[in-house]
Amino acid sequence: MAIYQKGVIFADFDTADKDCWTLDSYVKRGGYQALKKILNDNIAQDQVIAEVKQSGLRGRGGAGFPTGLKWSFMPRALDGQKYIVCNSDEGEPGTFKDKDIMEFNPHSLIEGMIIAGYAIGASVGYNYIHGEIYEVYERFEEALNEARRAGYLGNNILGTNFSFELHAHHGYGAYICGEETALLDSLEGKKGQPRFKPPFPASFGLYGQPTTINNTESLAAIPFIIRDGGQIFQDKGIPNNGGTKLFSISGHVNRPGNYEIPLGTPFSELLKMAGGMRDGRKMKAVIPGGSSAPVLPGDIMMQCTMDYDSIAKAGSMLGSGAVIVMGEDVCMVKALERLAFFYHEESCGQCTPCREGTGWLYEIIHRIEHGHGKHEDLDLLDSIGNQMAGRTICALADAAVFPVRSFTKHFRNEFEYHIQHKKCMVNHNWL
Amino acid sequence: MLSQDALKKIDQELTKYPDNQRRSAVMSALRIAQVEHGWLSNELIEYIANYLKIPPVQALEVATFYSMYNLKPVGKYKLTVCTNLPCALSGGVNALEYLKAKLGVELGETTKDGKYTLTQGECMGACGDAPVILVNNHKMCSFMDPATIDKKLAELQ
Ligand SMILES: Cc1cc2nc3c(=O)[nH]c(=O)nc-3n(C[C@H](O)[C@H](O)[C@H](O)COP(=O)(O)O)c2cc1C
Ligand code: FES
Repeated sequence: MAIYQKGVIFADFDTADKDCWTLDSYVKRGGYQALKKILNDNIAQDQVIAEVKQSGLRGRGGAGFPTGLKWSFMPRALDGQKYIVCNSDEGEPGTFKDKDIMEFNPHSLIEGMIIAGYAIGASVGYNYIHGEIYEVYERFEEALNEARRAGYLGNNILGTNFSFELHAHHGYGAYICGEETALLDSLEGKKGQPRFKPPFPASFGLYGQPTTINNTESLAAIPFIIRDGGQIFQDKGIPNNGGTKLFSISGHVNRPGNYEIPLGTPFSELLKMAGGMRDGRKMKAVIPGGSSAPVLPGDIMMQCTMDYDSIAKAGSMLGSGAVIVMGEDVCMVKALERLAFFYHEESCGQCTPCREGTGWLYEIIHRIEHGHGKHEDLDLLDSIGNQMAGRTICALADAAVFPVRSFTKHFRNEFEYHIQHKKCMVNHNWL
Repeated sequence: MLSQDALKKIDQELTKYPDNQRRSAVMSALRIAQVEHGWLSNELIEYIANYLKIPPVQALEVATFYSMYNLKPVGKYKLTVCTNLPCALSGGVNALEYLKAKLGVELGETTKDGKYTLTQGECMGACGDAPVILVNNHKMCSFMDPATIDKKLAELQ
């Protein structure tokens, strides 16, 4: 997939160049300078963390938690093994940015993880890679080998007394492993089921040791922040929303793809960059942050800017930055049915409200879509959602409920029409 | 039950984890075994467990939890079509329907000649390239409109 607009991670190179991912190419465009700066100048861990705090970088995995703050939670003074883990499990429907980072710029992630390891006192890191992208996993392994050979990984990096080893771990098909504690269990060779928190990973993480987990895009932004300075990163975005961010646009636009743009860019501009609506459709709705984020009607979306605060104010979430655009010909019942199916498939089954609830949500939406809906079904969906959200170990249940609530709120007339007339209100041709 | 080459790959995976955490290599060991045998029989799962020196149930737990392990024999080529919403908006379901008609099979079935097994998958993190089809778990094919599907099938002999 092409990268259409470039910010800090995709600056200065062309992804069409087949060697752009190599160490040579990365070093030529300023790669590993941040690491050298830290090691040569003996910059203190606290100072690295302060720089990341100043950058205003917020976690790109979905929750938007400030990365510098997260790093400061690590009990560095404690003896014993600590870990940095990268979450490249990218399974949130609509999201395809971490894959491109690893495919075209893997060393930015490797350098970011080495720096993170340095800052939090971890000498070992793991990158957990989504199962369906085996070729990207192989590429990342090659990049790791390059970094080892060049002395950026291993013992006494660049002749200092700092040592760090990094490994790739390949998933094999489970959305839930994107949840950070399920990911840790999966890394330990178990089924991926989220853990009760507390204890949080910073005190009891991988193999019971202090662990920090960050998204691929968060970590890949670190070399820029250290090399050019936190303030420069912050200034690329807007207050409280530092930097540029990758947006994966899919659905009814002319040019689906990744767009790395300053946070705070108006959605209307992003839509224009993506070539506008496909086949002259009118826009009906947008899911702005991955399938777990509440859907917004097109006209509300057109008023938003692409940052955490604006999208939250409009009633949704920036999430992973996956923007799913739907045209006027999309039946919202059918669309929701597909998402409900997904959450039902992917619930790990550990918590009863989620295991049973996702099945009920799917069954009911399925029967509405197929003309067997009853008038009380919309209330039933509502009450099931209330039994699920906030009552489970992890947020997958909430992620399943948000779309149901928002679809039935903003597009209630389509659901009512389906129930009454036993057919679609729109003449759709997308399925 | 596995070739020297496969065992070497598993040994390589084991070096990634602490010596007392051999269980961590079970996901990749099962993957490597599946590539060689096409699917994971109970005997093969037990073999992997013994090789890693973990209880067989721990290997079975993993084999049954993750969706990309084949617990039944599949055709020479397993085709997994993504039909999640972002892909569906750009022809994902059409690609699946086209394959069903062309191969004469329903979801989960294998063609009579044993060549193709058709399945559907959840988001593969490639929605911008929709429709996407994964061949034998490891090869991602992008922009799979009917003409491109025809070409691909002709290659997969
Ligand atoms: C069901 C579920 C799925 C998730 N999937 C992902 C994912 O694919 N990638 C990711 O980075 N974070 C995912 N997260 C969020 C992670 O738990 C975690 O917050 C994140 O990796 C932290 O990194 P960050 O602070 O850099 O964003 C998911 C969370 C939940 C509840
Ligand atoms: S929805 Fe098909 S790859 Fe994401």
